[in-house]
Amino acid sequence: MEHKKSRAGRKIYGMLMRFLMIASAAVTSLLVIFMIIYVLCKGIPYITWELISTKPSYLSGKIGILPDILNTVYIILATLLIVLPLGVGAAVYLTEYAKNRRIVGIIEYAAETLSGIPSIIYGLVGMLLFCRFFNMKTSLLAGACTLVIMNLPTVMRTTQESLKTVPQGYREGAFGLGAGKWRVIRTVVLPECIDGIITGCILSVGRILGESAALLFTAGFAHALNGIFEGLTSSGATLTVALYVYAKEQGEFEVAFAIAAILMVLTFAMNMIADLTGKYFKKRRNA
Amino acid sequence: MLSMEKKMKRKKNTAEHVIHGIFLILGLITVASVLLITIYLVISGIPAIREIGLFEFLLGAEWESTAAEPKFGILPFILTSVYGTAGAILIGTPVGFFTAVYLSKFAPERVKKMVETAVSLLAGIPSVVYGLVGMLVLVPAIRKLFHVPDGASLLAAIIVLAVMVLPSIIKVSLTSLSAVPKEYEEGSLALGATPVETCFKVSVPAAKSGIAAAIVLGVGRAIGEAMAVMMVSGNVPNMPSLFESVRFLTTAVASEMSYSSGLQRQALFSVALVLFVFIMLINATLNFLLKRQKER
Repeated sequence: MEHKKSRAGRKIYGMLMRFLMIASAAVTSLLVIFMIIYVLCKGIPYITWELISTKPSYLSGKIGILPDILNTVYIILATLLIVLPLGVGAAVYLTEYAKNRRIVGIIEYAAETLSGIPSIIYGLVGMLLFCRFFNMKTSLLAGACTLVIMNLPTVMRTTQESLKTVPQGYREGAFGLGAGKWRVIRTVVLPECIDGIITGCILSVGRILGESAALLFTAGFAHALNGIFEGLTSSGATLTVALYVYAKEQGEFEVAFAIAAILMVLTFAMNMIADLTGKYFKKRRNA
Repeated sequence: MLSMEKKMKRKKNTAEHVIHGIFLILGLITVASVLLITIYLVISGIPAIREIGLFEFLLGAEWESTAAEPKFGILPFILTSVYGTAGAILIGTPVGFFTAVYLSKFAPERVKKMVETAVSLLAGIPSVVYGLVGMLVLVPAIRKLFHVPDGASLLAAIIVLAVMVLPSIIKVSLTSLSAVPKEYEEGSLALGATPVETCFKVSVPAAKSGIAAAIVLGVGRAIGEAMAVMMVSGNVPNMPSLFESVRFLTTAVASEMSYSSGLQRQALFSVALVLFVFIMLINATLNFLLKRQKER
């Protein structure tokens, strides 16, 4: 048989594969370490109180990123406020109401499709739909609406996953006591799946923090310092868009690295919070 | 008395129906969004293709959108996107694949946890940060190493994309490798195969649809990436060549959108439509593969 191999051949094959695996894992880990150390070392020295507490001024020629920080916060709040009811509602429909398997299939396929569409296409369609058709102009609100469509599948999926873990007995018990469907969902099912909703929120925040291509043409580049309501109706750059503009168009690499370091730290924080909440709720459920 | 009870019941029923209706509408929003995006892209993408001509648009080798006699051929963008994605996958797949195999079958628990955390961090880094690091590390390195006038090139984009697709490839392959039934592996080990042989000749073939899905997901990520690529590829509509500045389908849309008008703007929508068609084909393949993996 040709499958018969010499002992030495098998040994070499084993060692070669082991080497390739360990080398690949090492390359991956080193890449991560390099990215973290490089960005933090280059960025942290330039993070000053002045940078994060002022707005850019042409008079003194200094750059401040407070408006960009605020814009990021505004756009996150607005997006979550809209996407939560939509995503949770869609998940509730799929797990609690839908009886027709075709409809469930279509909705899930649509969600998969949405999560595969690149952000630049969201940006383009968001510009056409929200900025032009709904006449929101280039504004944070138009950006938030675009992000809502992007993050809908995420919130929907995480909520759906945790709705599935709610024991059927809870529902049956509540129905047995005479509660209507809506009452059961509101008082028994939804409180049980709060962990999925929170995970969805955290993942969405992470994604919004890192998003740039979808916001370029919908939310714009302005660096004006605004309150939340003014801010939502006017154009504004989030941290990522500001990073892009400072690095690519203005060559202000120090500011760009400072923003990059802030973004990295926030991303890690989001990762950790998602991990911790997951663990917390698992513990609580088991207890 | 009886009729009142009936009335209340009916009232309750109507309320339930209304609530059911509301949830149905919420459920259908995803479907509506997909339809809306598709319809918008088709409607706004078709006019320019009609005016320019499908073949001249897709196969034209020159893009001079702002010239006195503008030319709108997007073949350079299509080829750049295809080559760039292929290059990134060619580099990213082996590294991602071997890392995933190592993590799922050989790594000690602690190492596995650490590398997995590292991979999810890599996935979370915003694409502009990749772009920034690429711009300041990779581009000068390429310029020095290969003695080319400008390091902003297809090669730089390929390397950045290869790093960016790693997390998707690792995560999805890892999931499907971990789902291989233990009995398969135990059977192979009992027959005298070494752990490495078992892994590559039993586990990997059993998880092959999942691994294929991981690669296709990576293709989707790479072809759709805009910002990181925009920052390192030089953004000139050349025919693709490893050491020359190039422009991708995504960056073509992003770079001219802000100042475009008329036919030029419509042509950008058509570029987006072409990109969308690519993405839909990739999505369909991905769904097919994932379904097959599940059926196993």
